[in-house]
Amino acid sequence: MSALRTSGPARAGQYLALLAYLVFLAFPFLWLLSTAFKPAPELASLHPTWIPENPTLDNFRQAFDEQPLLRAAANSLLAAVSAAVIAVAVATPLAYVTVRHRGRLAGAATGWVVISQAFPFVLVIIPLFLVLKNLHLINSVAGLVLVYVVWSLPFALWMLMGYARAVPAELEEAAAVDGAGRIRTLVSVTAPLLAPGIVATALFAFVTAWNEFFFALVLLKTPEKQTLPVVLTHFLGAEGVADLGPLAAAAFLATLPSLLVFGLLQRRITGGTLTGAVKS
Amino acid sequence: MRRILALAAALALLLSGCTAGGDGPDDGVVRLRFQSLAWQKESVDANRQLVKEWNAAHPDIQVEYVQGSWDSVHDQLLTSFEGGEAPDIIHDASDDLSDFAYGGRLADLRPLLSERLRADIPARSWETTTFGEGVYGVPFLQEPRVLIANRKILESSGVRVPTPEKPWSWSEFRQITQDLTRTMGSGRYAVAWPLKEPVSVSLNLGVSAGGRLFHRDPDGRVTVDFTASDGIVPGTVHDQVVSDRTAPRTTLGSGGSDTLPGFFAGKYAMVPLGFAYRQQIAQQAPEGFAWTVLPAPAGGEGLAQGVSPQTLSIAEDSPHKKEAARFLDFFLRPANMVRLARGDWMLPTGTAALADPSLHTARDGWATGAAVAEYLRPAPAQSVRGYPEWKDKVATPAFQEYYSGAIDGAELRRRLVEDGNRVLARYQRR
Repeated sequence: MSALRTSGPARAGQYLALLAYLVFLAFPFLWLLSTAFKPAPELASLHPTWIPENPTLDNFRQAFDEQPLLRAAANSLLAAVSAAVIAVAVATPLAYVTVRHRGRLAGAATGWVVISQAFPFVLVIIPLFLVLKNLHLINSVAGLVLVYVVWSLPFALWMLMGYARAVPAELEEAAAVDGAGRIRTLVSVTAPLLAPGIVATALFAFVTAWNEFFFALVLLKTPEKQTLPVVLTHFLGAEGVADLGPLAAAAFLATLPSLLVFGLLQRRITGGTLTGAVKS
Repeated sequence: MRRILALAAALALLLSGCTAGGDGPDDGVVRLRFQSLAWQKESVDANRQLVKEWNAAHPDIQVEYVQGSWDSVHDQLLTSFEGGEAPDIIHDASDDLSDFAYGGRLADLRPLLSERLRADIPARSWETTTFGEGVYGVPFLQEPRVLIANRKILESSGVRVPTPEKPWSWSEFRQITQDLTRTMGSGRYAVAWPLKEPVSVSLNLGVSAGGRLFHRDPDGRVTVDFTASDGIVPGTVHDQVVSDRTAPRTTLGSGGSDTLPGFFAGKYAMVPLGFAYRQQIAQQAPEGFAWTVLPAPAGGEGLAQGVSPQTLSIAEDSPHKKEAARFLDFFLRPANMVRLARGDWMLPTGTAALADPSLHTARDGWATGAAVAEYLRPAPAQSVRGYPEWKDKVATPAFQEYYSGAIDGAELRRRLVEDGNRVLARYQRR
């Protein structure tokens, strides 16, 4: 086996391309950060700067003063965490069973999962609204969580099926030979191997729910229940006019939880992604 | 496993605590939901304060203030109407009401409104919320387009400064932008047109030159025609950008806010903007920056221009329409309308409110706006079924290409009329 060798200039080119890509990815976030700390005259400058000349916290003060950001963030957090936990709790056994017991039903279920991803949400929102109304779940975070779970479940299932497939059945058979029961095998052998996939899937469900806007807008009626993406639109006026400074400050704060969760779970996600990508 | 079960139980308890209750206690108190789209702090404060005053004075009719958003109001209302969960009192713009009005979602306000309110608002404003036989909203705030100008550049150039009594004509405006650009030096322009949404600007300002574009037959059928009058305003803008170079091509795809940095830096002497933009300018302008508000140029119809006022409607499904109408009557009393207008930096439609001295001061250009108010007319597209599709699929790309010089006036006319009538015909088949 011989390792691939790259010449010095080629490696420098690779690093340069990687750096350019990272800058491209980071640009919106850094610009948001810069805008959040700029006073009004700098926001209206014809020659914008990366680093604010007179950094200020006024935009943050104004954002908190004008909108109930903390309450909205708490609502978002509750909805996103609940949706992630429930979606994973439902999708994990489903994915495992679908992978281990291959048959026509499992094939049809997988097909349906793929097809259901093609439905635009505007198609389902009105029937969904009526169903939730009959269940008295309009204007409740519980109703919103239900929607988020249903919405993220197909992709979560699909994702977890990839991870479940990568768990070798031989390991479970070996555990059975050693005398472990079905439950013991699932808990002690299968679950730890699926853990990275579960974490990655939960993160996906969390971020989807955390950023979701339209369902929250339509389903939550009272200000006390509104989530962060809905409250952020209150900084926007008619014809695209925006209260740019406070909007940037609030949007910057809104991105922090996702970044924090990603940062904390990064290692597990990377492991999970690799685990799912390799076929046994 | 025990930990997972405990987590699931905790979650279930948490969610059960989040479930909505019913529609409120059965205590004989009428509860109304008022969805407001006010978004600027002063405006939200004014709205909330008025609701608070109402609630204090009417313990038997309590109004809940709900914050909506301009960005998504149509979709949100559509879903709420379909689901039978619409707010009782709805804040929107008149050009968004037609589908809801024709669809039976909004209450006809004629038997509900007080005589005072009906008499206070001029007939031309009521026209913006009249669909078929009914009136489906109270128009209460409106916003003309004005020219916000850099006072120093304007005065040092020596050009005649227009007033509502003696505005520029469209041809004079073109000439003055040529003179101004010459005095400003290279890389600077007399006017910047932010035309990200070119259709409403073109149509509404076009009213001043007699532009109508939409023509209604006696049988109610609407067709598009593009006469010489319709071409005056678009032609002026096109010439300023393409042949005179008195307006930059780069701002054509911009929104109003995007042009402000260049305006503050003296790159543009004037920017045509909605009246409410004054608030942003007052907040963001650098210290010592002197600005003034000028009336938009006038044509054969004088200072006339089309507007789509902000409106308040009552949902047809609301079980408390009379109480909602009483709240509207309170909310739109002249003094309250002034508070709302000042909060939004817009003009009230009510004649009594418009007469308030605070709306006639020279400061921040209030007087210019108030003087223009009497010339405001319903936007030409008001109540034309199929207008949103005509705007998005035909008119927006056509105007954008025309203003950038990609197509000529004949092609603009062909697209607006031929392609446009095909779209409108689909909505008017019997």
